[in-house]
Amino acid sequence: MNSRKFFAIGASTALLAFGVAACGSDDSDSTSGGSDLSGDIAGAGSSAQDAAQQAWIAGFQTDNSGVNIAYDPVGSGGGREAFIAGGKTDYAGTDSPFADEELTGAEDRCKKSGGEFVQIPVYISPIAVVYNLPEVENLQLSPDTLAGIFAQDITKWNDEKIAADNPDADLPDTDITPVNRSDDSGTTANFTDYLSATAPDVWTYPPDDAWPVKGGEAAEGTSGVVEAVGAGEGTIGYADESQAGDLGIASIKIGDEYVAPSAEGSTAAADEAKENKDGEYVYSFDIDRTTTNPDAYPLILISSAAACTAYDDSATADIVKGYLTYVISADGQQAAADNAGSAPISSDLQKQLQPAIDAIGS
Amino acid sequence: MSGTTAPVGFDSRDVFGGESGIGRGRLPDWVPYALAGASLAITFLILTLLDQVSAVRLVIGTALISGISIYAVSRAVESPRQAKDRLVTVSIASAFVFAVLPLASLLWTVVDRGMARFDTTFFTESARNVVGEGGGAAHAIWGTLVITGLAAAISVPIGIMAAIYLVEYGKGKRLARYLTFFVDVMTGIPSIVAGLFAYAVFALIFGPGIRLGVMGSVALTVLMIPIVIRSAEEMLKIVPDHLREASYALGTPKWRTIVKVVLPTALAGMITGVMLAVARIIGETAPLLVTAGVIDSTNMNPFSGRMETLPVYAYFEYKTPGIPQDASYDRAWAAALTLIVIVLLLNLIARLFYRRFGTEIR
Amino acid sequence: MEAATGPSVWGLRGGERRLGDRLFSGAAIASGIAILTVLAGVAIFLLIQAVPALSASTDELAEGKGLVEYIAPLAFGTVLAATLAVIIAVPLAVAVALFISHIAPRALAQPLGYIVDLLAAIPSIVYGLWGIFVLGPAAVGVMKWLEDNLGFLPFFQGPASVTGRTMFVVGIVLAVMILPIISAVAREVFSQAPRRQQEGALALGATRWEMIKMTVLPFGRSAVISGSMLGLGRALGETMAVVIILSGSGGITFNLIGSGNPPTIASNIASKFPESSGIEVNELILSGLVLFAITLLVNMGARSIISRSERHAAEGKKRA
Repeated sequence: MNSRKFFAIGASTALLAFGVAACGSDDSDSTSGGSDLSGDIAGAGSSAQDAAQQAWIAGFQTDNSGVNIAYDPVGSGGGREAFIAGGKTDYAGTDSPFADEELTGAEDRCKKSGGEFVQIPVYISPIAVVYNLPEVENLQLSPDTLAGIFAQDITKWNDEKIAADNPDADLPDTDITPVNRSDDSGTTANFTDYLSATAPDVWTYPPDDAWPVKGGEAAEGTSGVVEAVGAGEGTIGYADESQAGDLGIASIKIGDEYVAPSAEGSTAAADEAKENKDGEYVYSFDIDRTTTNPDAYPLILISSAAACTAYDDSATADIVKGYLTYVISADGQQAAADNAGSAPISSDLQKQLQPAIDAIGS
Repeated sequence: MSGTTAPVGFDSRDVFGGESGIGRGRLPDWVPYALAGASLAITFLILTLLDQVSAVRLVIGTALISGISIYAVSRAVESPRQAKDRLVTVSIASAFVFAVLPLASLLWTVVDRGMARFDTTFFTESARNVVGEGGGAAHAIWGTLVITGLAAAISVPIGIMAAIYLVEYGKGKRLARYLTFFVDVMTGIPSIVAGLFAYAVFALIFGPGIRLGVMGSVALTVLMIPIVIRSAEEMLKIVPDHLREASYALGTPKWRTIVKVVLPTALAGMITGVMLAVARIIGETAPLLVTAGVIDSTNMNPFSGRMETLPVYAYFEYKTPGIPQDASYDRAWAAALTLIVIVLLLNLIARLFYRRFGTEIR
Repeated sequence: MEAATGPSVWGLRGGERRLGDRLFSGAAIASGIAILTVLAGVAIFLLIQAVPALSASTDELAEGKGLVEYIAPLAFGTVLAATLAVIIAVPLAVAVALFISHIAPRALAQPLGYIVDLLAAIPSIVYGLWGIFVLGPAAVGVMKWLEDNLGFLPFFQGPASVTGRTMFVVGIVLAVMILPIISAVAREVFSQAPRRQQEGALALGATRWEMIKMTVLPFGRSAVISGSMLGLGRALGETMAVVIILSGSGGITFNLIGSGNPPTIASNIASKFPESSGIEVNELILSGLVLFAITLLVNMGARSIISRSERHAAEGKKRA
């Protein structure tokens, strides 16, 4: 090989590497769009919110074409930590509210820019108990039975406890394979919270992000659980209702009735939830899991957004304010319901929360 | 992993042949092939009758029947030793086919599921403001090319210079021993740790929450450098010493000898090694999530703003799908298909380079 | 080679030559030092992040377990999955290497080698999706059969998983991933087996298999071992494919076909990291250090075997 050829190759390799890097630009059309908001904000947190965030971002960017919003679904814990650390993380999405040290950290972060901490619920998702048992169409489960199944005390589908809940069903003699999340998640936290509140005698574990029972079938993410339940007969798991697809959805016993998850029931349960305030704009909710009102479906996940009332840069504050206003508006909640299958928050709750958002940037 | 050099000197490479060995008689060359074909037909027939046709069963059945029949025929006509030789040959050939089955299945799956969205839109549009169906991965394709290209631009010169040091300068020196040892250590870095490291470095400089395309490149560089060094080292080692000695004898300085003699000789092999290293890192997900972030718009400037890559895109389309789920899953598979096509093209380019510029030294 | 045209072409005086050499070797050394610096950075970062977990009390740690109790099942799962993969992959990889180097028709050998190398370049997330959508469901029947017929072995004691998210399937997927690495190393060495010995064996009337058994395999043995070690290293660190496929809800068990498998270190980091905060993060990074140490041991083992075989080869050459 001669030297010219050698250099030609070297040069073309370098060109290949840098030519690609050099033509950088952004494809967002920065004209039109009907608003004077412009700039970038970024959030991080809950992956349960990811599909809803995608819908909100798409909706908000369509109305405000000068705005770029990014949301990293790094997980609620990661989102809270990033928000407290400050810097480029302008808002966070979290499945469990900021607590104790985290709350102090978040208040400190906001104080640095002369503002206060804001935490509002934005996303309500019904959690469905999904199962794969082709012979049984409408599975009904009381909390004790459900807890027994997931605690691995009940191991056969024709167990008499299940039979007692389903007098008309023809239950097979199949082994039960309970499926849980292998990653830590807010869905697991809410599900275990529900079990420990409604069936304290059977479910003796404390509510936790991580699944406490060993030896069940574990799958990564909601899609993993749905895929695992779909893959094998005799499986039962818990997942966001919107992702259940063709799987059977069990009705759980509330009061004296067996109730299937629904958007209306979830919204009602969120309205019934006891409101806590850890600060003027810091909302969190205790869901009444043991409700006997059959119109409310208490097995839900309420996920929140976290922000500050002031940012170093007023443009950021304006975008965060506009974005969160859109998020809890009827339009925004409907967009999330369409793309993520969430239950919209009620207009009463929206009215109650709006002042917290109005405080941003003022 | 250069091309195979076939041993020259004996020609018994036809699959079932074996001209060597002393036997009583000798089977015509076509007999083993005919027996193998017949075995395939018989297996297929049996499986069809049992209604149990599958590729794995077909391969196993064919291997068993042809192995036994060829062994029996050979033993009757030729010698027991010859029969054993043929049996081993059948076993090895079957093992090869068996090992290639997963690849075929994998490629088939990805092509089959990926074709649904492998359309023009997928390559020309980003996921900006896309909810539900439609949208594309142009932003992720560009992000993949820029981030990987930049990672290669950093790690290739450093890696190759370090390999030159190891082979040409450092023999027996303490630095070289440390370097070899720690390059081995480096291959064991879990990829998420590389990502966290890159994040920690940049967060020190730019503050927390920072996300840049170049951070992803740095994380990938940590993973890529050891692979580049190892392959470049191997290629430099097989450059024969007599080439170097001839050059020195003519009074050429050492650095000129390396640039003009050693590198061109090893160049093609090193390019292959680099391409394989790129192929290895291009599929990383975890380190990019904490460094390059997630974004749905196209950004080609790695030094400003977030960038998304194909694996990250595919992973989150799979993990947090919207409604309808199939639209997201289709995009995930199309992204996987695109990734494989890119890797295939890189491999092909690498092989062509090798064939075109590879210096025959062995 | 154009370069070899004589000293006059260069027209360099001694000073210039020394300067060039100094610059070039300086650049080479600088690259080496740069890499060591990055590594030192990674190591310091890891240690700083891991140390708080060592001094934390048991209640603060994940799942309220002690460090050893938490990490031991992970380390066990990591080693089990990787070992399983190597056991499945090595015989197949040797067969593939032999097929390409000594058996396939010559015109086929190179394209076949290319196809096998391709397996090494497919991103692991694709393997994960394939494992969960295709291989897992297909393996359910096989695992049921294993439980019914070989259930007396601890590996197959069951109850068999009905979804296919088992250590067994993970082992197969990892085996497919590392097979090309092992076979590439083996193939290179098999094709360099001393030709004179091979021809001699054939001339003495050996069949091809006898020739391979007597000359090629002994020659390639250490290469196969070191290739397997390289593959083992890759399997130990694999993350995404294991995260997607494995149902890692159990502790230490040899049961390969059940639902409760021990997770691996890398997959545990990837799936727990997002929702972790505080001391749990430090604990995860500490488990990363353990993986680091395991991989290092494997790599050092491979290095020492390779260098021993190189010494043997050198001695062999001297004798020949």
